[in-house]
Amino acid sequence: MSDVILLDNISKFYGEVLGVNNVSLTIPPGITSLVGPNGSGKTTLMNLIAGLLQPTRGRISVCGLSPLDPEQFFRVAGYATQYDGFPRGLTGWQFVFCYLRLFGFSPADTERLAWEAIDRVGLREAAQRRISGYSKGMRQRIKLAQAIAHRPRVLILDEPLNGLDPLARAETIALFKQLGTEGSHVLISSHILHEVDLISDQVIMMSQGYVVAEGQIRGVRGEISDQPMQILIRCDRPEYLASKLFQQDHVVEAKVHADRAGLLIRTRNAEGFYKFMNHIALNGVQIESVAPADEDAQSVYEYLIGTEESTK
Amino acid sequence: MTLWKRQILAIMRIDLAKTFFAKRGLWIYLLAFVPVVPMVGHWLFGHREHPLGEDVQVFAGIFQFFFLRVAIFFGCVGIFMNLFRGEMLDKSLHYYMLAPVRREVLVAGKFLSGLVAAVSIFCLSVVVQWFAMFAHFSPDLMSSYMFNGNGLSNLISYVLAAALACIGYGSVFLWAGVRYKNPLIPAAAILVWESLNGILPALLKKFSLIYWLKSICPVSIPKPPGNNSIFALLVFDIDPAPATVAIVNLLLLAAFVVVWAAIRARRVEIGYGTE
Repeated sequence: MSDVILLDNISKFYGEVLGVNNVSLTIPPGITSLVGPNGSGKTTLMNLIAGLLQPTRGRISVCGLSPLDPEQFFRVAGYATQYDGFPRGLTGWQFVFCYLRLFGFSPADTERLAWEAIDRVGLREAAQRRISGYSKGMRQRIKLAQAIAHRPRVLILDEPLNGLDPLARAETIALFKQLGTEGSHVLISSHILHEVDLISDQVIMMSQGYVVAEGQIRGVRGEISDQPMQILIRCDRPEYLASKLFQQDHVVEAKVHADRAGLLIRTRNAEGFYKFMNHIALNGVQIESVAPADEDAQSVYEYLIGTEESTK
Repeated sequence: MTLWKRQILAIMRIDLAKTFFAKRGLWIYLLAFVPVVPMVGHWLFGHREHPLGEDVQVFAGIFQFFFLRVAIFFGCVGIFMNLFRGEMLDKSLHYYMLAPVRREVLVAGKFLSGLVAAVSIFCLSVVVQWFAMFAHFSPDLMSSYMFNGNGLSNLISYVLAAALACIGYGSVFLWAGVRYKNPLIPAAAILVWESLNGILPALLKKFSLIYWLKSICPVSIPKPPGNNSIFALLVFDIDPAPATVAIVNLLLLAAFVVVWAAIRARRVEIGYGTE
C-alpha cells in the first residue's frame, strides 16, 4: 500500500466560483501544515481529500485508497472538520461511541476505543455531559477524539487548535507530534504561524485556490530568491562587523541590535555571506551565533502571500 | 451479522433517538394525535343513540380526509426530510460521511429510522383513534363488531394504510431531502399534485400515492350530494384499485424512490456554504 497522499491535478469549482485549481501534491507521512488566507481553498482541499467534496477534475489517492470508497478509506483516515455542528442532545461520550459503532467494532471494542480517544484529548471528566454545554475548546477536543478514535493512519484536521486554552493547545500539539513520529500522516490547517513552525515537518501554502509553495520551510525559503535572506548575528563588535559587511555587494541591509550585541543583516547571497563570516571570524571578531532570521512560516508566508491578507 | 447490517443498526440507534425525542418534532405527535381529541369528545359528550355504521363512516372520513392527506403527509415531511436536510442545517451530516459507510447503507439506515418512527407514531394513533371512536358503544356490540363483523379487519386495513402511507410518503420526502437544498418546494408540489388527484384523468391518478392509499381503505365514503364539492374532490373515488395491487404498487414505488435516493446520495457533497 502506498504511503503518500497524492493529489493529481485537482480542481474544484462551485459553478463559476473557483475552490482550488490545478493542485498537484505528494504529501509524505509526518505533520504537514496547510496555511493560507481566508478563502484560499484550505478547507476545500481538506474536504476533497476526505471525500466530502468531489473534484471537478483530477484524482486523489490517500495511501492508495480513493476517498470515493468510504468503506476502505475511513478505516485509515480520520477528519476533524472546522464545522461546529453536532448531533443534538448527545453527550461527548455518546457522540464518540455512537459514530464509532458505524465502523462495525464489537460493543466492547467500541467502548474501549471511545474511552481511549476521550482520554487522549483529556475529556474524561466532561464526557457524560451534553456537548451543547461544552466550551469551544471542549468541542474542538471532542471532535478530535471522534476523529482519532478508530486509530487512523491519516488524520486531517481543519483548524484543530482554534479555541483551545494554552494548556490544551500544548497537549494537543504534543499529541500531533506523537502521531507524526508514529508514522501517521497529520494534515493540519492553521492560521497560527509560529505554531506551524513548531509542529510541521512540511508546509503547503495556498492562495486564491492555488498552491503557492510546498515542502520544508527551509527549502521553501531558499527558493524565494527575490527576497534577501535575513540573518541574525550575535557578536561583540556589531558596528565593526556592519561596516565590513557593507563592503560586500550582496549585503543590502545591516541593522545593529538595540542591545549592541548583535546585528541583523539582509543578503542576496547567503553562501557568499557565510564564506565572508569565516573570514571575519579569523580577524578577531567574537561571534557567538549566526542564525537565519526568516526561515519560518511567518516570513515565508509574508514573502509569498503578503501581510495584507489575514490568515486563516 | 454482516457489516452493513450492523451499520444500519448503528445509524438507527442515532437517528431514532433524534426523531422520537427531539423537541422540534413535538408538532408531529400533535398532528398525529389531534384526531383523537374530537373522538374522545364524541365518546364523552356525544349522543349515545346512533348506529355504529354512522361512526364507521365518520372514522373513514377523518382517516381519508385528514389523517392520510394532512397528518401523515406533513408528519412524513417533518420526519423524512429532516433525515438529511435537517442534519445539513445542523451541520452534523458529515459525521456519517466520515465513517466507513457506503452512502447506500446510510440512506437505507436513515430511511428505516424514519420509517420506524413514522409507523410507530401514526399506526399507534390509528389504534388510539379507533378505540376513542368506538369506546362509547357497549362491550357486546363492540365485541360483535370486532370479531364477528368487519371491525378487526377494518382496523388492520387502516393500520396497513397508515403504514403504507408512511412508506410511500417517507420514501418520496427522503428523496427530496437528499436531492434538494430546499425540499419544501417539492413537498408543496407533491401536496398540490395529491390534492388534484380527484379531478385527474384515470391514468394520471395512478401516478399519485393517495390513489393507491385510498384503495386500501376498507370503508368507502358515501358520495356527497353534488360532485363539485371540495370534499367530493378530495375523498371520493369512483375507480379504486384492488387492495393487493395497491399494496404491491406502493411498495414498488417506495423501493424505486429509495434506490433513486441512494444513487443520488453518492453525489451528495458537504459544504454547508462556508467557502
